[in-house]
Amino acid sequence: MSLTSDYIKQRLTEKFGESISQVEESFGTLSFAAPKDLNLKVMQFLYDDEELQFRFLTDLTAVHYPERKGEELAVVYHLYNFRERVRLRLKVYTSVESPKVFTATKLYESANWMERETYDFFGVEFVGHPNLKRILNVDEMTYFPMRKEFPLEDQSRVDKDDEMFGRGGHIGI
Amino acid sequence: MSRPVQYNEKVKSVEIPEGYSGEGFFATSFDKVIGLARKNSIWPLPFATSCCGIEFMATMASTYDLARFGAERMAFTPRQCDLLMVMGTISKKMGPVLRQVYLQMAEPRWVIAVGACASSGGIFDTYSVLQGIDQVIPVDVYVPGCPPRPEAIIDGFMRIQDLIGQESMRRRNSEKYKELLNSYGIQ
Repeated sequence: MSLTSDYIKQRLTEKFGESISQVEESFGTLSFAAPKDLNLKVMQFLYDDEELQFRFLTDLTAVHYPERKGEELAVVYHLYNFRERVRLRLKVYTSVESPKVFTATKLYESANWMERETYDFFGVEFVGHPNLKRILNVDEMTYFPMRKEFPLEDQSRVDKDDEMFGRGGHIGI
Repeated sequence: MSRPVQYNEKVKSVEIPEGYSGEGFFATSFDKVIGLARKNSIWPLPFATSCCGIEFMATMASTYDLARFGAERMAFTPRQCDLLMVMGTISKKMGPVLRQVYLQMAEPRWVIAVGACASSGGIFDTYSVLQGIDQVIPVDVYVPGCPPRPEAIIDGFMRIQDLIGQESMRRRNSEKYKELLNSYGIQ
């Protein structure tokens, strides 16, 4: 039996009903959003179910949407079913004021590294993570560099004249 | 009839420093002799992290041949080396490592920053990259280029040789030098 997007969609709506939203298919992968309190329940269901069997976490990252008030940060999980070779995208939205999301480390060991990375760059606090601290950036860093309010350029430098480097004025020259 | 063994008669030797010479003796100052010895037998420590390191490999290879300058002995332990050659992007996380390598070198020690990244951060004007290694360690010579050609690296190397040859024996004990190291937090 091959696992089709329609079937996954049907099973999810049977189980979680109206909680599942933004169901769409992009680049051949089914994508949907779930409330952030349900992220573990949804993933546990996808993991345990005999037919779905999404037992591998391919990727975990976040996206910052400053214009979406109250749900600025999207945490994206890429799940994979090895047997059927089917991928799935799960999004969970959280506000930037209190970016708390339950950790997936109990379900997927690979989430440990990727949640630390997501914390490092976006400041998403994964509740229950065994060792949530910076992993790629220096420990002294005081901000989360991939959030959109922080410019790409190093703000601590003093030796370069902004005007000569096309900075400080408007973006996108 | 030519001899069966050909000798190289064009041996290049360094110029004799200024001094007094007479029957069976030659007198000059320590500065000059030690400088001469040091500058022609530099032991470099390559700290190569990116494309400048590839240019450095070409500099070391037969075409450009850095060994001509008495620096064929690369060592990969800082404790034996005189010259730290930093080639490539140094991220902020690498900064303390580079500093540690510098601290492990014995005096006298010199540093050359090869390429735009090591000198100023280069195109990586970003949150994760150290904007020039002179933020963590003192640098003697900067080589511009992105990456610099082997000729440029050799030019920078020869400038280091000039510095070494002319350095006073007392420089490393001077107040000014201590002040410089103190400004980097090195005792």
